[in-house]
Amino acid sequence: MTERHETDLLFKALADASRRKLLDLLQAHDGRTLNELCEHLAMTRQGVTQHLDVLEAANLVATVRRGREKLHFLNPVPLQEIYERWIAKFEKPRLKALAELKRKLEKANG
Amino acid sequence: MARSTFVYVTYIRTTPQRLWAALTTDTEFMKRYWFGVHCESGWTAGSPWKMLSDEGNILDSGEILESDPPQRLVIRWQHQKMPELKAEGDSRCTMELEPSGPAVKLTITHTIEREPSKFISAVSGGWPKIISNLKSLLETGATAMDEAYPK
Repeated sequence: MTERHETDLLFKALADASRRKLLDLLQAHDGRTLNELCEHLAMTRQGVTQHLDVLEAANLVATVRRGREKLHFLNPVPLQEIYERWIAKFEKPRLKALAELKRKLEKANG
Repeated sequence: MARSTFVYVTYIRTTPQRLWAALTTDTEFMKRYWFGVHCESGWTAGSPWKMLSDEGNILDSGEILESDPPQRLVIRWQHQKMPELKAEGDSRCTMELEPSGPAVKLTITHTIEREPSKFISAVSGGWPKIISNLKSLLETGATAMDEAYPK
């Protein structure tokens, strides 16, 4: 899988309100079964399964088998990568400008 | 019994052998992606294991429960520095490496037999940054972040 393809899968997975709700549900309480997740969404079981498949393909959800159950966990690693690639990079110049302003103001006071 | 678990998965374009070394014996490499921290152990089942800060203070310690290089490593892991986290006792950290096309799938599962767990909450903030740095360092030769908590 190329890096660009992975990024496309990630943003596509996030571009849906039901899938974002599933991530919120897992963030609040990790390690849930499909049945537990279905209780919180007004959607068919098949619908929830399809959304979970998209999240799993984007590596946002990891599954662990425990006996006959399949437990779903939020995998925050791709979100950390989005933060580094798409947020930290853009806020850095502004943080630098603020630090510079602080230095100048403190110098003027002293 | 109630338990707290976090699962982290990432795909890294490298070999299982290189990734295994990065997670175990290559301490200089480890310091570069783990914000100055490194681990010491014989890395075989039954070996003591400890995690040390830049200054050489013990942050966490335990032992290797299972070691099957370059596929599976299980560590009994207890925090040592902060009393309230130490009081929660042993956690278990499992690292699994599976070849996946041109990459290696790394799955890290960290579990403690209590819920809620302050220890698991504390490590959950760190793992994504460490794993993301590890991936970036192995794939590009540079880390994504130099500090765990940038000012």
